[in-house]
This record gives sequence, C-alpha cells and structure tokens, in this order.
Amino acid sequence: MGAKHFGARVTRLEDPALLAGRGRFVDDVKLPGLLHACFVRSPHAHAKLRGCDARAALIMPGVHAVMTADDLPEPMRDTPLPLLLPNPALNVPRTQTALARGEVCYVGQAVAVVVADTRYIAEDAAAALVVHYEVLPAVADCRAAAEDGGPGAHSDLTTNVASTFSLAYGDTDAAFADAAHVFREELWQHRGGGMAIETRAVLAHHEPVSDLLTVWSGTQTPHIGRRMLADLIGRDLQSIRVIAPDVGGGFGPKAIFYPEEAVIPAAALKLGRPVKWIEDRREHFLCATQERDQYWDVAIAVDGEAKILGVRGRMLHDTGAYVPWGIVMPYIAASTVPGPYVVPSYRLETVVVLTNKVPTTPVRGAGRPQAVFAMERLIDRVARELKIDRTEVRRRNLIQPEQMPYEVGLMFRDGKPLVYDSGDYPRGQDKALALAGYDDFRERQEAALEQGRFIGIGLANYVEGTGLGPFEGVTVRVLPSGKVAVATGATSQGQGTRTTLSQIVAEEVGCRLDDVVMTVGDTAAISQGIGAFASRQAVNAGSSAHVAGQAVRQQLIALAARALGVQETDIDLEDGVATAQRGNKPSIAFGDLARLAQGIPGVSLPAGQSAGIEHTAYYTPTQAAYCSGTHVAEVQVDAMTGGVKVLRYTVAHDSGRVINPLIVDGQVQGGVAHGIGNALLEWMQYDANAQPLTTSFADYMLPMATDVPTCAIAHVETVNPLNPLGVKGAGEGGTIPAPAAIVAAVEDALSPFGVRFAEMPLTPERIVATLRAAGAYDRLFAG
Amino acid sequence: MGKQATRVMVNGKSYARVVDARLTLADFLRHELNLTGTHLGCEHGVCGACTVLVDGRTARSCLMFAVQANGCAVTTVEGLAPDGQLSVLQQAFIDNHGLQCGFCTPGMLMTLTELLGDTPEPSEQDVREALTGNLCRCTGYAGIVAAALDAAQRLRGTVAKPGSP
Ligand code: FES
Ligand code: FES
Repeated sequence: MGAKHFGARVTRLEDPALLAGRGRFVDDVKLPGLLHACFVRSPHAHAKLRGCDARAALIMPGVHAVMTADDLPEPMRDTPLPLLLPNPALNVPRTQTALARGEVCYVGQAVAVVVADTRYIAEDAAAALVVHYEVLPAVADCRAAAEDGGPGAHSDLTTNVASTFSLAYGDTDAAFADAAHVFREELWQHRGGGMAIETRAVLAHHEPVSDLLTVWSGTQTPHIGRRMLADLIGRDLQSIRVIAPDVGGGFGPKAIFYPEEAVIPAAALKLGRPVKWIEDRREHFLCATQERDQYWDVAIAVDGEAKILGVRGRMLHDTGAYVPWGIVMPYIAASTVPGPYVVPSYRLETVVVLTNKVPTTPVRGAGRPQAVFAMERLIDRVARELKIDRTEVRRRNLIQPEQMPYEVGLMFRDGKPLVYDSGDYPRGQDKALALAGYDDFRERQEAALEQGRFIGIGLANYVEGTGLGPFEGVTVRVLPSGKVAVATGATSQGQGTRTTLSQIVAEEVGCRLDDVVMTVGDTAAISQGIGAFASRQAVNAGSSAHVAGQAVRQQLIALAARALGVQETDIDLEDGVATAQRGNKPSIAFGDLARLAQGIPGVSLPAGQSAGIEHTAYYTPTQAAYCSGTHVAEVQVDAMTGGVKVLRYTVAHDSGRVINPLIVDGQVQGGVAHGIGNALLEWMQYDANAQPLTTSFADYMLPMATDVPTCAIAHVETVNPLNPLGVKGAGEGGTIPAPAAIVAAVEDALSPFGVRFAEMPLTPERIVATLRAAGAYDRLFAG
Repeated sequence: MGKQATRVMVNGKSYARVVDARLTLADFLRHELNLTGTHLGCEHGVCGACTVLVDGRTARSCLMFAVQANGCAVTTVEGLAPDGQLSVLQQAFIDNHGLQCGFCTPGMLMTLTELLGDTPEPSEQDVREALTGNLCRCTGYAGIVAAALDAAQRLRGTVAKPGSP
C-alpha cells in the first residue's frame, strides 16, 4: 500500500469545529417547542415502592407531565431492558425496567420523570413529587453478600450470587504439588467510573408527517440503542433514527443502553413535543455504570529458576444490582490473567455477586487492569522472594515471538479460543526498559535517597484482546461533486474515527483527505452497526473502509478506462482525478465519473457496470486482535503525607500497524492518565447501607494536569496477520497495566521500610497507615 | 420567579435580556444567546469546562448567575476566532493534538488565553498549574501542555508559524 495517508501523522479533521466552539453535542441541538426532563430517583439503596403523589408537582406552572412506570407504553412498562450479552453461566439474568416497578435496588434508580418548560422548573417539580418507600435492608459488601443467609439485593431472590464460573486448563493441582515455591496474594481492587466530561444526554423528537422518531443520544452504540428502543416501544426499526452527534468522551459506560434512552422517547411520543434530558454530574455518579470492587485470592507456583508452573485462585466481583452486560467484565478479567507469560496450568474460580449498587459494565480496560494487577503482583513477589530482578523473572517467562500464534488454552469472550495472533513481548519489554533508563535507575534511587527522597520504579506487561466482532460496516460512495462520502456504524467519542477512516479511504480511493465527507454515529447512514467498545473500531471499521475503498477504486478504474478509451492498467487515481498514464495523459475527475455512473434514463448500462460508484463492506473478524505492551513507572513518594508523584512514565506498545501515530499516541497518553487515576486517586465509595459517598468531583478525584507526566512512547509494530490492515486496537492499552506498574513503583520507593501493597487505588491514607504499621515513622524521626 | 433586566457585552456584542434571577451565566450563554461552545461538565465548579472570561479574568460560568454579569464584558470560545480564523493557541491545539472529544477544550482555551496574557513565557510547570482547574478525561493533558508552550513561543515570535518561511 502507498503511504501517502495511511501511517502518516495527520492532524485531525475533527479539530477546527471543536476548537471554534462549533461542536454539536446533544445539548447543543435546539428544536422548536423543546421540553426538558428531570428524573426522580430513589434515595434508598433498597426499598419497596409504595405509591407516588404527583399532585403538587403537576400544578406547578410550566409542568407538562409526570410519568411513572404505569404511564409508559407497552411493552416498555413491564419489560426489563434487554440483556445485551447473555451467558449460560449467568444464573440471575436480571436487568431493570425503564422506570422502577415495585422495588428499587440502588440509589439513583429512576422512579419517575418530570417534563417541563425548562430544566429549572422540571427540577423544582421533581423535588415536589412525593414517593412513598418502604426501606429494605441493603446489600453493600459483596463479600458478605456472597455468603448464604444474609439479606438479598432483590427481595425475591434467595441468593445474591448471580454467577459462578471457572476458567481453567492444565493440571494446577500437580503443578502446585510439585512446585519449588508457592506464593499467595490477597488483593483488593477497585475501579471507578468512566467519568467522561460530557455527561449522558438524550433528546427525542417525533415528527408526525413522516412518523419518524429521531433520538439524539450521547452514546457509543446508536445502532444497538435503536434496536433496543424499537423492541421496547413496539416500533419498526425503519421509523426510528438514532444519532450520536459529537460525544464528549465515552470510556465504556456510554456503550450501555440506559433507562433514560427509552423513557425520553416515550415522553416525546406521549406529549407530541421534543423532550431533552441532560444528565447532571451527580446523576452520573449515581446512575451511569461503573466497574468497582473485585477481591482476588491468587497463588503462583514456580520452579527453582522462577519459571511459572501454574496460577490458581478465586475472584469475587461486585456486579451491582443488575447485569445489563452479563458477566463480560469478570470473564475478561479471568481470561486475561495469563497475559504474555507461559503459564502451563491455570484455574480461576469467579463468583459474581449482586449488591444494591449501580450496575457495573466495562470501563476503559474492562476487567483487564485487575487481571494484570493480579498477575504482575504475583511476579513481583516471585522476584522478591527468589532475589532475582523483576525484569529477569519476566524475561524467563515471556512467550517468545517464535511461539506465535500462541494458544493459551482458554476461550475468550468472543467465543473463540484465546490465540494470540502475533507479538514480540521480549522486544517490547526491552524497548520500554531502555527508554525508561531502567539500567541506571538504582544509581538515581541511591542519589535521591541521599537527599531524603524516596523514588521507585515498577513495570508491568499485558496482552489485550481488542477489535472484537461481530462486525462493523463502511459504505464508500463517490458523489457527483467529486467528494467521497463515507458512512459507518462506528462512532466517535474523541478517538478521531473520522480522521482515521478518512486516511484509509483516501489511501485506497486516491482522493484528498479534505474530500472525504464522513457520517459516523447515525443509524440513517448505514443499515447495520455496532459501535465503540473493546478498542474495536480501527480493526473492524478500518478493515471495512479498506475493503470498501478497494472496491470503489476498482469501479473508478473501470469507468475511467472506458471513458478515456484506455486499458484499466493504464489508469492512475490521485487527488480525485483518474489519469491515463499514456499518450498525452488524458484525465477525468471523480465527479464526472460519478455522473457517468448514474447512466442515462432509459439507456442500458454497459456490461459489468453497476449503478453509481459505491460499495458497502462489513468486515467480520474471525477472532480478537491481541495487542500488547510494557509500562514502566517511576514515582516519588512523600513518606510523611503519602502523596505519590509520577515522575516519569514509559510505554512500549504493539497495536499492530499504526494508521496515525498522532492519534495512537494520544490514545496511549489518555489511557495512562486514566490508569494513574485508577492507581492512586479514583475511588467510588459507598457506606454500609450502599449509599454512595463520592458524588462530586470534589470527593471523587480525577487526575489533573499536575498528576500526569507526558509519557515516553515506543511502538513495536508486529503486523496482525488476521486483518487486511494488520492493525490491533489501541484505545485501552494505556490504562490496563498502569496500576500494576505504579503500585509496584510505590512499593519500590518505600523499600527501605519493607512495606507491601496489594490494592488499588493506593491512596495517601493507605500509604501512611502502612508505613506507620511498619514502624517507618519511628525510624524517620529517630534518623 | 424573580426576573431581572440584564445587559451583558458578549464577544464584543451587547445583549439586553430580562432573565430569571437564578439563571446561571452558562445557561444564559448557551440557551438564551445560543453560544453553545461553553460546556457544562459538572455544574459544581470543579471541571472548568464552563470557563469564560468576565472582564478579562477567568470565571466559572456554572457558578455565576447571568445577572451577576450585568454590565460586564464576557468572552467565550466563540470570541477567540471571531472572523473564522483560528487563534495561534487554537492552531497550536491542532498541531499538538491538544483535544480528543473536544468537550473540555473551550474551557482549556479560556484558561490558557488568560495564562498566556499574564505570563508570555510560561514554564511547563506554570502551564500545568494553570490547568489544575480544568479536567480532561481524554488526552492525559500532554497535548494540551505542548500546545500551550508552543503557542507561547509562536506568540513571542521565536518560532515561525507553519507555512511561513
Ligand atoms: S461545569 Fe463549571 S466547573 Fe464544571
Ligand atoms: S478532550 Fe475530551 S475531555 Fe478533554
């Protein structure tokens, strides 16, 4: 392939409008007669609904409607929202209804919606609504909830265990029985929310003349949303259009179909007016899905040379009150543990527990950061106990490039055997260590110690299954204006999807980047679509763009050869013009070819020519694309305050062939920031009654500009043999190993005190408490 | 609900409106004047997405009522590129990949506009500290910091603009 656009550090086509304040986010859409909605939400983690009095709310001027579950259309009224990812191991496939019926099971669950002239009035009226609750005992701690006999997260359930499953291969019993050494770790891991800076948003408008229901939604998955909405309100897919306009960050939680996405269209249909709902930040903390707690009890068996013989253990996953995405996250976590290492035997028992908290679904990384944390903590332990350098223990156990494709022995969540397609893990680790200055770190550390500064270094490796199916589509069409229209079911929440796909299409078709007109995130533009999650779009939509672009290139060449009276092999396509490379080089512009391709009314087309110049491709990957990488973190710890500063952060990563290094590096850097948040700051806390305690950015810390250094990034490009572009996903790798590397670095920095850490986030309080318990302050003050 | 007459100069244009006393400046800009470039990320004063300049100083438009801006001159992101020509800072955001979703971006631009006015030669630390009032979930800040330093340099004329000799 030529390298004019593909692989170039192209600045983004999205930027100028966003920089000028001309972005179009849901809340920027203005329609005549627009009404505003505010939801009434449960203040209790668990309660029976005992009626609702809307009289005071309804008489307030400017209030148009108060709707509870009874006011919703059939079948939405009683039907739970669809379970997107069913799994036979899921014993309690429970999802919520659009508005609560009978019982509420987490704080923030939607009970009613108020629609009014302004958001201000809607909020006043929502506060005036009287809902009667009979409070039930709430289940807050998944460890207690997993035991028999406690209260149920749902009053009709006799168990809170939604699923137990085990992923295993090889003979772990034999491995552990014969091992020279066995080490065990108990880990608490917590991940917070997605926390996109734009909150969720829905605007619905029914246009009676065409009977079209249009929904603008800040979603990662408009096509899936349309399907779910159609089922819930009993309409045809054709009469619903879902548009995800500019979306201010996704990170996973916006891939879910939420109650509000059903209720707002229902309200618009009922009232015959457009209705808008913009989530506020507090609602985002209460009702947007999160990841949250996992408890791991894992052990590793190694021989005398630190070669891994087996890993086994048990993991407890707090899934919240419902399972809209089934058990996908704990499943991914369980299958990610072996990672880049040769692990001859493996067994993990996973218990998924219902609690009275907001449901969990994937947040950037989706269970993988936890798995990598578990594995990397075990390997650090091996290194410490056997007194071998941490990098050397890893080196001895990494899968070698000549072992590719490497079959792990498990099934991945795509339903296919976990087989790494390609990769060079030792090279990745070496590159990262060199770039991080690992070899002279001990000198830096000693020098720092002499000045009374505690600095440390940590590393972590990972492998990530990206580019999951089932498919994504791209239509490429040459317009009579000479522009090239591209439509896709892929969506963009900041990943630069427009730019990346434009690069691929421009490369194939032979047009200028500026001539590509792209429609993303609109169900009217292409019939089938999936959307953004699992770092899947470069692989799926990218490959489709490539295939469709190639087909259109063929059509252009055939038409141009016929029009110019030359052989097809003579035609060159560049900058939107087809030129014959012979004679006096006659040429014809794409726009003219598009006009020719329309034919003449009543006249047959020449043999072999189809209508217009266009092609739609739906690339269907045979399996996940496995990207990989190594992260090295260097930190300084203030022993007195427990404050951690990340001094230096290095990434070597392999996302296959890179379409646009500017965008990929941006994804990595942003992912690392998210990982720093997970490692040190972000903690969604609940009290013993499952009341959320951290519901503002003052209580829940996001990383700031002073918390995140600019990363040094190296690319290891091993070509993925399974897709035409050779690419792998890049959206989450920045986040996945970050907590493991950072916590290891903190431990290393505090090695003079011999303290150990087995948790994330690692907050200042924990660091100080651990240092105190280890007697560090006696020594510091004595010294 | 108490209504109050308010006159505000926004991006050099004068507007007189009678508004609810409790209407925030952000909602006034976004929904009364249709200047939707100013964004709301938290409505409690932490994320900085709503940052505008009020009489030349940064202010959180989510924490101010429109009536408090009576008699003030407000600059929003739309005022940074009035003739459609991006400012040096905006161009530096493109060149340094200073934005992904673009939702935090208007606030970032306003904060950095103030910084570059006050401190023409900022250090990286100056930029990072100035940005602690603006959250970005997408970029990890590297591109934003690079853009600010790049813009400062271009504004001091020590580096030629791309395209010029
Ligand atoms: S919206 Fe004003 S600071 Fe977040
Ligand atoms: S670019 Fe998305 S929040 Fe900053």
